[in-house]
Amino acid sequence: MKISFLKIISISLVVFALIVFFLALNIDKRYSTEKIVGKNVDNFEIIFLNNDAVFKKQDLTNDKYHLINIWASWCLPCRKEHPILMRLKKENNLIIVGINFKDKKLNANDFLRELGNPYDFSLSDKDGTKSILFGVYGIPESILIDKKHKIINKFIGPLNVKDYEDILQLVNEK
Amino acid sequence: MLSNLGNILLFGSTFVTLSIIYFAYQNLKEKNIIIRKNIVYLSFFQITLIIASFLLLIFAFIFSDFSLLAVYQNSHTAKPVFYKIAGVWGNHEGSLLLWVNIMVIFSFLFFLFNYKFNKSFSLYTLLVQNILILGFLMFLISNSNPFFKILPVPLEGLGLNPILQDPALAIHPPLLYLGFVGSSIYFSAAMAAILSNSNGKNFASSIRIWVLISWSFQSLGIIVGSIWAYYELGWGGFWFWDPVENASLIPWFCMTALAHSVLVLEKRGYLYNWVLILSIITFISSVTGTFLVRSGILNSVHTFANDPARGMYILVFLSLMIFFSFVIFFKRKINDDFYLELISKETFILSNNWFMMFYLATVFIGTIYPIFTQVLYDTKISVGPPFYNSVIAPIIIPFLIMMAIGPKISWIKQKYNDFKSLVLILILSCIINFLIFFFFKSYNLLSNLIIISSLFLIIHSLKDFIINSKTKSYYNLPSFLSHTGFGILMLFIMLNHNFSKEYDLNIKVGETKKINNIEINFKDLKIEKRENYNVVIGNFNILDSKKNYQKNLNPEIRIYNNPQTLTFESAIKTNLQQDLYLTMSNIDGSDFYNVKFQIKPFMLWIWFAAFLTASGGLLRTFLKK
Repeated sequence: MKISFLKIISISLVVFALIVFFLALNIDKRYSTEKIVGKNVDNFEIIFLNNDAVFKKQDLTNDKYHLINIWASWCLPCRKEHPILMRLKKENNLIIVGINFKDKKLNANDFLRELGNPYDFSLSDKDGTKSILFGVYGIPESILIDKKHKIINKFIGPLNVKDYEDILQLVNEK
Repeated sequence: MLSNLGNILLFGSTFVTLSIIYFAYQNLKEKNIIIRKNIVYLSFFQITLIIASFLLLIFAFIFSDFSLLAVYQNSHTAKPVFYKIAGVWGNHEGSLLLWVNIMVIFSFLFFLFNYKFNKSFSLYTLLVQNILILGFLMFLISNSNPFFKILPVPLEGLGLNPILQDPALAIHPPLLYLGFVGSSIYFSAAMAAILSNSNGKNFASSIRIWVLISWSFQSLGIIVGSIWAYYELGWGGFWFWDPVENASLIPWFCMTALAHSVLVLEKRGYLYNWVLILSIITFISSVTGTFLVRSGILNSVHTFANDPARGMYILVFLSLMIFFSFVIFFKRKINDDFYLELISKETFILSNNWFMMFYLATVFIGTIYPIFTQVLYDTKISVGPPFYNSVIAPIIIPFLIMMAIGPKISWIKQKYNDFKSLVLILILSCIINFLIFFFFKSYNLLSNLIIISSLFLIIHSLKDFIINSKTKSYYNLPSFLSHTGFGILMLFIMLNHNFSKEYDLNIKVGETKKINNIEINFKDLKIEKRENYNVVIGNFNILDSKKNYQKNLNPEIRIYNNPQTLTFESAIKTNLQQDLYLTMSNIDGSDFYNVKFQIKPFMLWIWFAAFLTASGGLLRTFLKK
């Protein structure tokens, strides 16, 4: 077989692609729910929804639980879980951090004005890259973080009454 | 019982497939020119067994035999029969059985049409195709067996995902499979042509019809899928550049290129190597698409095989396929010599291929780039519509122009002296475009150019068609339909893109809201119980005071029980001019409903044009020259 430049290039491209596919097969599991629960939160920096300041991991306090809720105004189930978040807002031991996901600022603020704002901090993840840190598949999703910044539970899909009770129990246990 | 019978049929098929491989190989070593009768019989056995196994699975779904895991997981007794059947290919195992069925059917028919003409070419095709079939059968039996038994037998099944319970989606997978699984036959034929040193022209005429068939079905499958996305997903769009859509588009580009260049090979004997490469990469890209979609690397509605072992199997199979096809292809040391005149049909067809390769590269890179960055840099990015639109849209313009002129040019060489009419048509297109622009609404430069060039294509084709039907000279009707159809498609996509309107509002029962000249009145709400779901129906009245029409729209919120899911059904009122598109969703804890109302012009024309484009391929398949 004659070896030409074109052959080498095409073969190495194909081999490269196949290797990447192979690695991708194994890497994918990192985003599964089981993997993220029990781990400490990685460092993150996410900008606020309504100004350019940045919210960092260091801004999580040490004396309270945090619920990170990922939502968007275009997401129908997010409307469904909203009343639960409003109820959770009354909890003193819990800080709710909302991450607005791939959304328009105007629509997001309309949403909060209309249904109420349950968030102590409103952050914005405009292109959906930051939320990956929290293993997001689709929204809404919520992650509960304890005082030592460990992820103790993850809720996929809209929060329901049972989730609400679970969160209350976790947050209030000594 | 059913499970045992199914397994026997699958093992029987595997055994027959092995025998075909063995006898075809033995037969190839013999020096005579006759194909042994037993190979024909075996092929007949093979197709009988595999179709029987598929019918058996359909039977199991219809009669809800929950002793099969696949039936238990994807069906339910309360489902209408139509969706019980659609459930057969609504899951990984069943769809893989459909996949093997199509490979066997294509293999059988191809063999039937060709075995009398050329012994070694037919036998090599059969050999390669059956090695592929064997690979997929082994995959099926080892870890995706649709006849897998469960004990104890459950009384009730888990049900099919409600968004898949839809007529368009029921026929979407078989159509698409006929397209890209069908491409396996010319992959095998290309291997066979190299191994048996076949003449290029003969190879081209033997695969041409199969390329057209698979192209037509691939097109239909894509169209049906996109119609489904339009009315079911409730966003009001019909193409999202989703990785899954891209996975079906990439083989389509290859097939389109192949359907054109195979003509050059058949007529002139040129581009043999190129046609071989295209035949090979069409099926490779089909399997790559399947791998990406089924392995769970890309998340989508199609990811029902979220199992790394399955992904691994397809990947190994894919690598082997690529490796052997490369080795066999590079063994062929013959270089094509050809000489093309600048203005000749060959050149124009070749230019089509360049455009197709450009689109293919763009879509392919856009689809796999996120995987690469994730693996190599550990950052996740998403490549969305802006990328595709900005890269692909400008290149549509020369493509449409070439498409208009190409069919009229004759083979070998032509002196082109029709510039006058060309300029006239161009001026006419510009005038029409600016009339739209000034009287209705302005749009950007790129839109202007695409609309002008698609008008150019439509008018040019119509002119050619009228002149040719007057002189009664031979005219290529299928290519006229496909090319004009594509022109109309681009024109209406652009008009739709520029003239769509969208309103988003929250509204209570009994309320009326007015935006510009449109009044939306939420009259009342009804609750009904239907065969397998409960439904909340909204009654909306839309009044346009400027255009003076009034329409009732009834969007639904469906509550399915098996499995428990909410789906939002859009209400669509279609006419020739525009679609009115309305979706409604409830807001918990309030009397308000969120309503999204859209006016989408010319949707019907987009579907019509897409079907017109696909119909050219079907017509060509059944039309004798």
